[in-house]
Amino acid sequence: MSTAHPSDLSPQADPERQPSEVLDKAEALRRQLSAGFRDETVKSIYSEAERIANRAVHTRQDVHYDLDQRIDRLITSPILGLPLMLLLLAIVFWLTIVGANYPSQLLAKALFWLEDQGSALFSAWNFPWWLTGFFWHGVYRGLAWVVSVMLPPMAIFFPLFTILEDLGYLPRVAFNLDFLFKKAGAHGKQALTMAMGFGCNAAGVIATRVIDSPRERLIATLTNNFVPCNGRFPTLIMLANVFVAAAFSPFFASIAAAGSVVAVVLVGIAFTLAVSWGLSRTVLKGEASAFTLELPPYRRPNIGRILYTSIIDRTIFVLWRAMLTAAPAGAVIWVLGNINVSGISLAQHTANFLNPLGVLIGLDGVILLAYIIAIPANEIVVPTLLMVYLGTGMMTELTSLTELRSLLIGQHGWTLLTAINLMLFALLHNPCATTIWTIYKETGSRKWATVGALMPLGLAFVVTFITASVARLAGWV
Amino acid sequence: MTTNCETCPASATLEQMGLNLEKYDRVVALAGNPNTGKSTLFNALTGLKQHTGNWPGKTVSRAEGGYEFNHVRYKLVDLPGTYSLLSASQDEEVARDFILFGQPDCTVVVTDATALERNLNLVLQVLEITGKVVVAVNLMDEARRKGLEVDTRSLSRDLGVPAVPVVARSGEGMHSLLGAIEGVITGEMPTQPRHVQGTPEFQHAVAELVPMIENVAPGVPNARWLAIRLLDGDARVRSALVSGELAQLVERQKSSDARFSRKISLEGAQ
Repeated sequence: MSTAHPSDLSPQADPERQPSEVLDKAEALRRQLSAGFRDETVKSIYSEAERIANRAVHTRQDVHYDLDQRIDRLITSPILGLPLMLLLLAIVFWLTIVGANYPSQLLAKALFWLEDQGSALFSAWNFPWWLTGFFWHGVYRGLAWVVSVMLPPMAIFFPLFTILEDLGYLPRVAFNLDFLFKKAGAHGKQALTMAMGFGCNAAGVIATRVIDSPRERLIATLTNNFVPCNGRFPTLIMLANVFVAAAFSPFFASIAAAGSVVAVVLVGIAFTLAVSWGLSRTVLKGEASAFTLELPPYRRPNIGRILYTSIIDRTIFVLWRAMLTAAPAGAVIWVLGNINVSGISLAQHTANFLNPLGVLIGLDGVILLAYIIAIPANEIVVPTLLMVYLGTGMMTELTSLTELRSLLIGQHGWTLLTAINLMLFALLHNPCATTIWTIYKETGSRKWATVGALMPLGLAFVVTFITASVARLAGWV
Repeated sequence: MTTNCETCPASATLEQMGLNLEKYDRVVALAGNPNTGKSTLFNALTGLKQHTGNWPGKTVSRAEGGYEFNHVRYKLVDLPGTYSLLSASQDEEVARDFILFGQPDCTVVVTDATALERNLNLVLQVLEITGKVVVAVNLMDEARRKGLEVDTRSLSRDLGVPAVPVVARSGEGMHSLLGAIEGVITGEMPTQPRHVQGTPEFQHAVAELVPMIENVAPGVPNARWLAIRLLDGDARVRSALVSGELAQLVERQKSSDARFSRKISLEGAQ
């Protein structure tokens, strides 16, 4: 090549020809190389690394055993690994349920007291009734519900989760579940992204970036919704309390409630695996790829960092997001409940319209309406339900579980089937708006975002329809 | 490798700059296997509180922060942890693209002293891309507890770049590390990066491609690595070559313009 002047050498002079020439040459050379040249290159890197490491690292002979390895042998053992994991999960839920109960009530009392004061003040100032209603009984009450229902469980659940994360337990979970995901044709790291989904499905979807293959990443993205997130736990916990715990003595009640939440989680994991299996056999065909999973050493958790991470990064972040969506939802609920057409509210009209479909799947129109209003944030399903049932035109706080029980069973004909199907529906239905948006941003595809929203919804309808039909045919209801 | 700087008070001029990235003189990339303490090191140097967690694959996007050492302002870019730079997963691409196209003044590869062999695979791959490398051998305390002795001088000699023992959690060895980064950037610590040889036919193919690439993008510092990637059918490198991105890179570098690396870093940040 001639050495031209710098100006002639500038790449803009002939941008098309030269690069393509190089590419053609590279392509030609690539074909000439024997098939295994890539493996050879990787192999030579590995053997070089081994040689260098052997020269630099020496092992002292006086260290006989390794505590980490002995713990790992127990925690990742084929027999005890999974039961230990479930036990740990149950303990975390139990602590969350028991610990969150009292602060939740306290917080609700304080926030609803503030609402009374606020609306009284508005009335005293002669504000129009609809302004008071819209602002205090709509927007504010929506916020108060979300804060009192979500903040205490999150403030307990997230630190516990972060402790497990800091200890190094999460990769062991992935290790334990790897064989299941592999059988489902999915990536073992999906167990990690699934675990993140318990906190927040949107966070779980973002976490799928750790999965190398696009196919397996998409499977993990589409199925993340099948583990209940923090916004859905309150619904599950309420149902567990009303329908499961009520059947036990007070001492066992919380344990039974925690147990049933664990059962729902297990159903969710089963659906994750089944849907992953289905996807990898149909639209996303392929084999599970191998991956290196490092089991990090157990490290003593750093208390300050756990508090910082779980409170600032997670609790406040999720709560803020929930509040942003709860405020407008509260307003919508208030408007629907307070605009009357031919004697009954818009909310009731819509519920009546949805009722046949709801009954078909063992639920009712009000529940479906609650789920439509709760698309932005799943946290407000229960408040919406109660609002329409009570016909008060605003979201309501019931003071005791027995009252709630008599309302649902006595006045609105709930059965065990309703409770079970509502749990299943809460577990399987479409992800919240934030998660759908996150799927869209992460996949960059409208198609997959739509699939991510509609596939779970369809599945929720099919599954609840089947359980309802079976229960009715068998004469259980 | 001098470690007595540690005790010399004159060199103790580390200043954490946090997110104050307005003006910086040098860009340093932080690469390494997952779960080797990159984020801990990042936080220790910048004073930021990036979320660290004890599981591999936590950092999926990039974090940036700054520090000042001996009156030079450094921008530190924390890359996702990867086991290699060869596959096409998103985290590996983020890491590789930054080391290659972001043109950091120095790349620090953080390694786990308790699993050095596996970590060296990545080090050797980074050395293929750039010679401006410092190897930080982290978790020396855990290695000691496990009865492992790591001879960083032997490591430096074999790799041809400085290897510095550190404990990111307690801050041990930080000043030697910062000194090594400074030395590599200024050229006071010349490096001779170890390159892995492939099969003879492979080397032959590489040798044929290198002059062609140098012709298309004159002055490109890592034509050899680009040739290897082209032979491997790497789509990202192909498109960079066709779109003229590579040539532009060289142009910018000639006029020693740091804005390009900055632009890339902003686009890549979440």
